[in-house]
Amino acid sequence: MARLTFMGGIHTYEGKELSKDKPTTVLLPKGDLVFPLSQHIGAPAKPLVAKGDSVLVGQKIAEADGYISSNIISSVSGTVKAVERRLTPAGKMEESIIITNDNEYKKIESFGHERDYTKMSKEEIREAVKEAGIVGLGGAGFPTHVKLTPKDESKIDYVIVNGAECEPYLTSDYRLMMEEPEKIIGGLKIVLRLFENAKGIIGIEDNKPDAINLFKELTANDSNIEVKALKTKYPQGGERQLVYVTTGRKLNSKKLPADVGCIVNNVATLAGVYMAVAESTPLINRIVTISGDAVAEPQNFLVPIGMNFSEILEAAGGFKVQPKKIIFGGPMMGNAMYTFDVPVTKTANALLGFVKDEAAVEESPCILCGRCYYKCPLNLLPAKLQMLGLNNEDEKFVEFDGMECCGCGCCSYICPANRSLTQTIVSTKHRILDKKHELQELHHKDN
Amino acid sequence: MSDLYNVSAAPHIRSSVKTNTIMQDVIIALIPASLFGIFNFGLRALLVILVTVLSCVVTEYVYCKLMKIKSEPWDYSDVVTGLLLALNLPVSIPFWMAALGGVFAILIVKMLFGGLGQNFMNPALAARVFLFISFPGRMASFLVDKVSSPTVVDFLRGGVLVLDGVSGATPLGQLKAGETVDLLKLFVGQIGGTIGETSALALLIGAAYLFYRKVITPIIPFSYILSFAVFALIFGGHGFDANYLLGQILGGGLILGAFYMATDYVTCPTTPKGQIIFGVFLGVMTGIFRIIGTSVEGVSFAIILGNLLVPLIDNFTRPRTFGKEREKNVKQK
Repeated sequence: MARLTFMGGIHTYEGKELSKDKPTTVLLPKGDLVFPLSQHIGAPAKPLVAKGDSVLVGQKIAEADGYISSNIISSVSGTVKAVERRLTPAGKMEESIIITNDNEYKKIESFGHERDYTKMSKEEIREAVKEAGIVGLGGAGFPTHVKLTPKDESKIDYVIVNGAECEPYLTSDYRLMMEEPEKIIGGLKIVLRLFENAKGIIGIEDNKPDAINLFKELTANDSNIEVKALKTKYPQGGERQLVYVTTGRKLNSKKLPADVGCIVNNVATLAGVYMAVAESTPLINRIVTISGDAVAEPQNFLVPIGMNFSEILEAAGGFKVQPKKIIFGGPMMGNAMYTFDVPVTKTANALLGFVKDEAAVEESPCILCGRCYYKCPLNLLPAKLQMLGLNNEDEKFVEFDGMECCGCGCCSYICPANRSLTQTIVSTKHRILDKKHELQELHHKDN
Repeated sequence: MSDLYNVSAAPHIRSSVKTNTIMQDVIIALIPASLFGIFNFGLRALLVILVTVLSCVVTEYVYCKLMKIKSEPWDYSDVVTGLLLALNLPVSIPFWMAALGGVFAILIVKMLFGGLGQNFMNPALAARVFLFISFPGRMASFLVDKVSSPTVVDFLRGGVLVLDGVSGATPLGQLKAGETVDLLKLFVGQIGGTIGETSALALLIGAAYLFYRKVITPIIPFSYILSFAVFALIFGGHGFDANYLLGQILGGGLILGAFYMATDYVTCPTTPKGQIIFGVFLGVMTGIFRIIGTSVEGVSFAIILGNLLVPLIDNFTRPRTFGKEREKNVKQK
C-alpha cells in the first residue's frame, strides 16, 4: 500500500533550474580515453587487450571477473596506449585501459542491430544485459544482470523505476526522461518480461511535473504500468525510501528489494537495458550534469565513457569563479575531489563546482536538539551514534543500529552545531565491517 | 587565486539553522515577556536582567580562561540562560544575589559537568531553586508599595504596579486560600510575581514565535499544561470551577516553565513519545507540589526533578529503526 512520503528527510535548495532546461549536448572526446577496470560494485574486470591492440566501438575490452562483476566496453575505435593505474572520480587509483582515439568510430559487427525483445528468451535478455556491461547508473554501479536474477523471480511483483533524482543540482536523469522516454519505458517493459507477476511503477519527484505528465501520456495504454508522483524531499530516490513510498514495504540493511518482491532500477539503467537488448548497443556513453554556482554555463552533456572531465567542463564554459570545492556526484553523497582531471566512468553522473564550501564551518558541542533524529529517514539517533563511534564503543554502536545507516547525510546537513555526524557514522560502519572481514579471513585461514 | 580545492567527506551542504540562530530566536521570543516585566515592575527589572546575563557570560569566560580550555564560538547560550534566570527572579532581589545565581547556573550546573550540552538540569531553574533554598525570604518577596499620585520617576522605579501595589499573597496564594482571582489581570500580567512569569499574554506571543521558527514543538508544553489541568480538576477540590482552573494555569510560573524551561533541548527527552511522558510527569508533580503540598509554587522543583528522569525516559523510549520494527532490541553483553 503506497504512502504519501517517508518519515524524516530534508528540503534543500534544489538548484535544478541551473541546468534542467537546456537540451543535452552531445560531446566527442579530444584526448585519450581512460577506462578504469573497476566502475562497478564487485570484482574489477580482467583486461582482454594489451598495449598496441586495436579496438572498435562496442568492443569488450575487459571481462567481468566472477559473478558480481561487469564488462568494460570501448566507446571509441583506436589503439590501446597502455594499461596502467589512473585516478578515478572516486579518488582512487585504479588499473585502467588507456585508448588513443583514431576519431573514426568504427563499430563492431553486431553494433546497433535491432532485435525484437518480445521474441527473446529470458536467458538471452539477461545475457545481453550482462554482455553490454550495464550497471546501476544512478551512481551505485551494481551489475544489473545480477540484480535482474533474484533467487525467485516469481515472487517479484513490482518493478520500480527510479526517476526521483533527489540530489540537488543533478538533472541528467530529468533530461533523459524528457528526451528519451521511450527508451526508459522500453527498458521497463523488457524487465517486466523477466518477471511475469510484476507490475511497473515509475516514480518521479513532483518537482518534475512535465516529466510526470509525459510518462503518464506514454503509458496511458499500459495497464500494468503506473506513474507515481513522489513528494519532493531528499532522499526520496534512496532505495529504502522509494520502495516504502511506492509499495509500503520496508527494507533494512540485511534485506534487498528482491526480498520484499521489488526490483528497483534507475531510469538511465533502464534506457541502457533497452539499448543493449533491443538495439544491440552496449554501455558506451552516459549523460553527465556540469553545474554549481562556479560553472559558467551549467548544463548536461551526453559523453562517451572514458572521456576526460576537463574537456566536458571546458564545453560548459569552465569556471566563471574559482570554486572552493568540486564534487563528483551530488552535494549530499558525492565525492569532493582535488582535481577534475579524471575520466567519465559508468557511475560518474555529475561534476559540481561551488564558490563557497558550506561544510567548512567549525564544529561546536551537541545541544541535544534532536533535529538529526527527526530528519533521519531510518529513525536512527545520529548524535548518539556519533558519540559511540568517536569513543570506539563498537558493540553499542551496532546495538543502536548504526550499521543500518544508509549514509544519506540528512543528519550532518541539519545539525545546528555543524557536527560531522554522517562522516563519523559511515567511517565507524566501515571500521566495524573491516574488523568483521578480518576476523572472517582469520577464521578461514584456521580451517 | 589558489588552485587548491577543499576536500572533505559528504555531505557538502548545510542548513542555515545554527546553534546561535536558535539561541537568538529564543532571546527574541523572550523580548515581549522581558519588556512587560520592565513595564510592570520598573527599570530595576532591566538592571536585574543585565546583571544576571553579564554574570553568566563572565562566569563562562573566566572559567575557560582559568581552566585553560578553548571557549566555544560565541553562541548566545549564556545570554539565554541569564535572561531566563532573570525572568525567574523577583524584581526586588539584591543585585549580588542575582549575580550569584548566574554564577551558580553556569559554573556548577553547566561548566563543571562539561559545558554546553552537558548540563544535567535546567541551569536557570537550578539557580532559581538554589537561591530560593538559600535565601527564602528574598526570593518569595513580591511586595510592591502602592503610590497614591505616581510621578514618572515612580513609574520608572516601580513600574505600572505602583498604581495598585501588591501586598500579601500572590494570585496562587489567594487560590490556595480559597479566594477567587482576577483572570484578566492574570492573563495580561499586572500582578506580583517574578519578572517574567506574570504576563501569560507576552509569554504566549513569544511561544508562538518559537513554534513558527520551529525551535520547539507544542508536545511538551501542551502535555504538561493539560496533565496539570486534569490533576487540578481531580484533586483541586474545586471541580470544574473555571476561575480556579484557569487561575492555576495562568498563575505562577507554569506558562513560563512549560514553554521556555521544560523545553530546553539538553534537559528534555529526544523522542515525541518520551516528551509526552516527561510532560505528564511535570504536570502531575506540579499538581502534587501546588495542591497537595503546602507550597504555593511547584513548577521549578517539578521541572528539575523531571530533568533528572530524562536519561531514564530516553532509555525506555528508544525509537524503532526503520525496517527493524519487529526485531527485539539486541542487547550485547
